[in-house]
Amino acid sequence: MPAASSQVAAAVAEAHRREWAFVLAATMRIAGDIDTAEEAVQDAYASALSTWGTRGIPENPGAWLTVTARRRAMDMHRRAATAQRALPKLLDPEVQLLDDPGRETEDITDDRLRLIFTCCHPALALDAQVALTLRLLCGLSTADVARAFLLPEATMAARITRAKKKIAAAHIPYRVPAASELRERVDGVLSVVYLVYTTGHTAPSGANLMRRDLAERGHELARMLRVLLPGDRDVAGLLALVLLTDARRGARLDEHRELVLMENQDRSKWDRSAIDEGVALLREALNLRPPGRFALMAAIAAVHDESKSWSDTDWQEILGLYDLLMETWSSPVVKLNRAIALGFAVGHAEGLAELDALGAEPRLARYPYLAAARADFLTRLGRFDEARVAFEEALILTENDTERRYLRSRLSELME
Amino acid sequence: MSKYLVLIFQDEVATKEVAGETVSADYQAFMQRRGRSLLGGAALEPAETATSIRRDGSGGFSVTDGPFAESKETLGGYYLIEAADLDEALEIAKEVPAGAGVEVRPVRVAS
Repeated sequence: MPAASSQVAAAVAEAHRREWAFVLAATMRIAGDIDTAEEAVQDAYASALSTWGTRGIPENPGAWLTVTARRRAMDMHRRAATAQRALPKLLDPEVQLLDDPGRETEDITDDRLRLIFTCCHPALALDAQVALTLRLLCGLSTADVARAFLLPEATMAARITRAKKKIAAAHIPYRVPAASELRERVDGVLSVVYLVYTTGHTAPSGANLMRRDLAERGHELARMLRVLLPGDRDVAGLLALVLLTDARRGARLDEHRELVLMENQDRSKWDRSAIDEGVALLREALNLRPPGRFALMAAIAAVHDESKSWSDTDWQEILGLYDLLMETWSSPVVKLNRAIALGFAVGHAEGLAELDALGAEPRLARYPYLAAARADFLTRLGRFDEARVAFEEALILTENDTERRYLRSRLSELME
Repeated sequence: MSKYLVLIFQDEVATKEVAGETVSADYQAFMQRRGRSLLGGAALEPAETATSIRRDGSGGFSVTDGPFAESKETLGGYYLIEAADLDEALEIAKEVPAGAGVEVRPVRVAS
């Protein structure tokens, strides 16, 4: 039955958000290269807008879109073949053009998994991995990806084009890695997804504290991976971490949209159902010995989430978890966070001493949270002159406007 | 199947003493193991024997002593390999017993 245009538009938008990765990944087998696949999928979404209006919205929009996009890709190939253009580059043409249904049933791996391993291939630069993932798995336009990272669209377009070119020219495969390299490759994928999430959770720059669109995409990607790799404990760890971190988002800004540190957050605003789901996933993730870095970070988040108040926080537990984390992932940022935990578990002076020692770490030289953490401990210790200097340093390094306003207010309190 | 050039880089100062001799046991073992994927390859004389020729932009050349790009690690040899995809090429390249490391470049296919 025909559907109203507003209903159709909503259904297409919904299918775009939910099914893009599925449709694109399934079309890739036929298309052979990313550009052809993207074009075919875009065409399928465009024809959904007109066809669904007259014939009604299909019961399974994803399947309808996949069939349409694959047919379109096949047409494009026929045309290309007659025009004597280059053959598909990503896959062995004999395999993908046959599109043997027997092969499909035998090979039950979800194509989205292949697609994400291609997007997050270590032979691509990390920023290109992130851009490709947002574009191909989340269906963001190049303009949207550029906006998310506050870059000119031309810069992002060049980055994506370059990455696609490398995938084609170097024959980066479209498949799930062999078991021997799977651990490492999954870790690479999780790093990309976590980077998408954290960039949205606390934007490195710009007017807003958060970029919810990015954080949501990161959240959705983590969920998608959980569906695709249900037995993987690191994946469970990442989704747990995202849920347990995201649970606090409603309390991070006050009614004037000013930053509220965890210490002062209204914990009744934390999302209990997200915390419960995260804790259940965390239990599963912690079955892995030794626990992975995402599971450990999630465990730290869970200690906060389950404390009744800031003063109830079990800092000894958090410090112990950071010590474990240091064994598997001793990045400068982890060292910094461990120093802060030490400052609350043992004493502000001890924490400050650890932070001061990190001042020599080159990778933290421009990291605003080191100066901000020093400023905070110095204030707690009553060393206000030094605290002022540290807040000023943090202000110079911070590029997020909401965080800048917060630092400025702390600084002005010290001026009184 | 695709072709890749595996460029072998080494720190010449560190490996100077080894040069000149017959192919080392490590390389022999590698070539035995991966022989089916190797299409060609050679070890090169040290970079100090290199001569670079640059077009001067007005139809002539300037000829200079030394490698084209100065760096601590210099090109010491290469293999031309054949692999199903980049993953297999990287797997083979990781087994090259090179001093500093290797660069893997896809060979361009005329379209």
